[in-house]
Order: sequence, then C-alpha cells, then structure tokens
Amino acid sequence: MSRPETSAEIAALYQEMILDHYRRPRNKGVLENADASVQMKNPLCGDEIGLQVHFDGDGVDDLKFSGRGCSISLASASMMTQLVKGKSSNEIDAIRTRFRELMLGDVTAATDTRLGSLRALSGVARFPARVKCALLAWNALESALAQRAS
Amino acid sequence: MNLRADFPLLAGSPGLHYLDSAATSQKPGVVLDAIRDFYETSNANPHRGAYSLSVRATECYTQARLDIARFLGVKDAASLIFTRGTTEGINLVAGSWGRANVRTGDEIVVTALDHHSNFVPWQQLALEKGATLRICELTGDGRLDLDCMRELVTSRTKIVAFNHVSNALGTINPVTDIVRMVRDQSRAITVCDGAQSAPHLSVSFDDLGLDFYAFSGHKMLGPMGLGGLIGRRDLLEQMPPYQSGGDMIEFVYDDRTTWNVLPHKFEAGTPNPANAVGLAAAVAYLDRIGMDRVLTHERSLMAMAEERLAAIDGLRIYGPPIGQRSGVVSFTLEDVHPHDLATILDGEGVCIRAGHHCTQPLMRRLDVTATARASFYVYNDEADVDALLAGIMKARDIFGYVPA
Repeated sequence: MSRPETSAEIAALYQEMILDHYRRPRNKGVLENADASVQMKNPLCGDEIGLQVHFDGDGVDDLKFSGRGCSISLASASMMTQLVKGKSSNEIDAIRTRFRELMLGDVTAATDTRLGSLRALSGVARFPARVKCALLAWNALESALAQRAS
Repeated sequence: MNLRADFPLLAGSPGLHYLDSAATSQKPGVVLDAIRDFYETSNANPHRGAYSLSVRATECYTQARLDIARFLGVKDAASLIFTRGTTEGINLVAGSWGRANVRTGDEIVVTALDHHSNFVPWQQLALEKGATLRICELTGDGRLDLDCMRELVTSRTKIVAFNHVSNALGTINPVTDIVRMVRDQSRAITVCDGAQSAPHLSVSFDDLGLDFYAFSGHKMLGPMGLGGLIGRRDLLEQMPPYQSGGDMIEFVYDDRTTWNVLPHKFEAGTPNPANAVGLAAAVAYLDRIGMDRVLTHERSLMAMAEERLAAIDGLRIYGPPIGQRSGVVSFTLEDVHPHDLATILDGEGVCIRAGHHCTQPLMRRLDVTATARASFYVYNDEADVDALLAGIMKARDIFGYVPA
C-alpha cells in the first residue's frame, strides 16, 4: 500500500506560486501565425493542453497554451511558457532535461537557478501519480520542437 | 454494521478511509483464506488428471460455479462462463455473437452512461461490420432517457447494450423495463454490464429477462482476475467459441475440431479455480450480510455524505437522487480540479477516484473533463464520511476559498 502523503508534503506541493499560476495563467490563449501547433492529452484524467509556438531562427520567439487541467499541469504550462520564451532550442533542451530530473526527485535540480520559478514544482516528485500532470506541457513543447525539425 | 475487522488491509491500516470500492473492493479474510486453502489442499489442474487431487480441484471449481450462479439467480449454472472480468465477458459477446450476427446496415444501441468496456467493443464491432452505433442520451439528472431509447430501438437493431448501475454516477437503470421495450420493438439481444450491480444489489439473472449479463469478482469482495458472463443457453450454444485451445474442445481432428459443452466451450486454457473458490467465499460472505442490508447500509452513508456535501458552497453532485443510485457520490468542487482534490484527500488518508472513470462520452455530456468520486461499500462507516468532509474543507483552504 502506498503511504498516504503527509500534510507537510501537501503544503510543499501546493505552494502559493503554483496556485497563482493556476489562477492567473501566463501566456494563455491562441497565438496568431504559429509555426507549430500541438494538442496533447493526459489519458489518465482526460485533461488536454494545446500549445502553439512561433520560432525565430533557432529559438522560440513566442508561445501560448490553452486547455483545461489540474493546478499542477496548468502551473507547469504557465511557468514553462515564461521560461522558454526567447531561448534557443539548445537552451530549451537543457531546461527540459533538467526539469525531468527535478520530477524524478533529483535534489540538485531543486536548487538549479536555470529552472527559475519551475523549482516551485519540486514537491511533485513526491507524488508519482502527478508527475505526468507536470510533464504534459513539456511533452507538448518537445513535440512542437520536433515538428519544426522535420 | 461494523465489518472493518473482517478486512485485513483495513484492519491493518487505521486512519485509512477507502472510498474507491467502485474501482475495486477490499477483500475479507475469509476470501484470502479460501484461496490459500485451495492451494494448500486442492491444487491441481482441473478436468485433466485421473488422480484424486485433480478430481478435488475440479470439484472445487464446479462447486464455486454453482455457488456464484445461485447468488446471481441463475438456475442453469453451465450458462455462467468464467472470464477475467466484465470487460472480457462483453468482448466475448461482441467477438462471438457480434461477429457472427451483425452485418452492414444493422444497428447497435449503447448508452451515454456506459463504461468504455461496454462502449468501445460495440463501437469497434460496428466499424468492422459497417453497422451503425446509436447512443441513448441522458436526462438532465443523469438517468437514461427511455424516450430516446424507444426511438433508437427498431427492427434494424441487433444489440442493445447498457449498464445495470453506472460506475460514474451510480444511477440504477430500470433493466426489466428496458428489456421489455427491446423485446417489443426488435429482435435485438440485450447485453448488460453488471460490474456495479452484482456487488451492491440483489441480482436475479433469470428474473431480469436479459440475454447476457457480465460481472467482475474483484468489485464484490472477490480476488482480481476472475469474473463471469451469464448468457441464455440457446444463444450460447449457437455461438462460435471466443478463444480456442485446451479444455474447450471435444475432438480435435487434423482438419477440424468439435467443441466441448457449456460452459467449457468458452473457457479455453487452464481455468482459475483458486480465484473461483475465492469469489464463492466472497458471495457467501455477502449472503451472510444480506444484499438488502448492503444497499441500506450504503444508502445511509451516501445520505449522510450528501447532506453534508450539499451544504458546501460550489460543490456540485452529479446524478439522480440517492433513491435511484447505488454506492457512488460523484462531484466537483468549484475550480479545484478533481486530481488536486484526490491528492489532498490522500494526505488525509482518504482514497477517492478522480478522473473520467472510463466514461469519456459521459464526461463530454456533463461538460467536465473529470469528477471526484467517493464510493461506499460494506466496510465503510461514519468515520469515512467525516474524513471525506474534513479533506474537502482542507482542499478549500489550500485553494484559498474566500466566503462570499
């Protein structure tokens, strides 16, 4: 039987910053003239995220997301859009890899400043059932980057 | 009714509030003992050996079928086919009767209340055969719209599939009324998903008038991996086998094979007598409680929970009134996503289901992606309701609910 989570872990999960991004998501909406558009579902819960990306040279110039989801998936999407805007695809790959490590419980990632506000999601690693929620937007971004590459 | 001590997992986990019995039930010690006893005293491959141990295994398996058939009101126990569960039972009907009888232009009626396991097999059969899938819509309070069904069932209809009790909302459907309507208006067969009724209601297959009824043992205190399909003997005898292999044959010639009698024709391969014995112990346990008391107990807990839930601002309960439901309270809380709610409740030791409940067509019609579902069974008590409510209030605190 899995151990019920403790109150302290619940409090660490639902940090103010996560609830703030959930309530007031950044970069939510539809992007005009997007170069790549991805629709991705979490089959576990039926939640869905749409992601639209505009590229400029090697980097992501602008991006917006849409959809319904839980606080973890929407906060992750919102923070992701803030962090990757204006970054090169190499920089984004590095951040994405680091974020995955954070979700797998890598404690060094939790203090890595390259992850910016995403570090607020470090508590998710204690909830294996919720890691998929946090990664949904990132999987959509990976798919959008692959669309451009092909 | 205080049965918690009968369930080793619950007895060993004080502070755990298990409210997900619609997904799977906990198992009483008598079920675990019966399975262990089979392996310790009677284990051999049934129907095979000439030696006495194999005979004993066969007797255990046969007796378990008789006990489970009696519990579900089936006189002809050979028309109870053991399967892995409800899903396999429905796929058996779709794959065997469906493939043999459904043709281009035919129609199959399912409902918007069905679990994917009683929806997808029919959708796929229709696609394969060029038949048309028709979906019976719901009333505003989550019951089947029988007027809609009356319009859908015609002489073109070959199959009408529906559930006895909805896993997502708990709605109890009027099976005998539906069967009568289908008989009056068509020559269609009726296929009923009984996964949520066999555990909670007194079910008599012979009185319901159905052609097929599928159920899962693990939702009714039995072990995982064993359930059954009950069918009308004349239909089962006409149907081709679903899977072929050992045990289901009579004679195998180089160029053809003849089939064993019921129920063996549909039970290819080594059967699962240990789990059948376990499920027989489960239905004996339910019989000792009495299915009327099971329903009364669940309804009293649901009423208690619902009265308190209804008092919470922004909490919405789905489905018809309690008198037309069994076991399930499905709800949403303002803008707190059901997954967040389930995580916070888990922190309080409360296990609920959050998600689409394998009913995406229903979720679309309710215009939600997910609901939170608390489901009750024989071992639940008032302390579980208290913990559920305390957890919901905590979720509201975390998500910063501001009283109006």
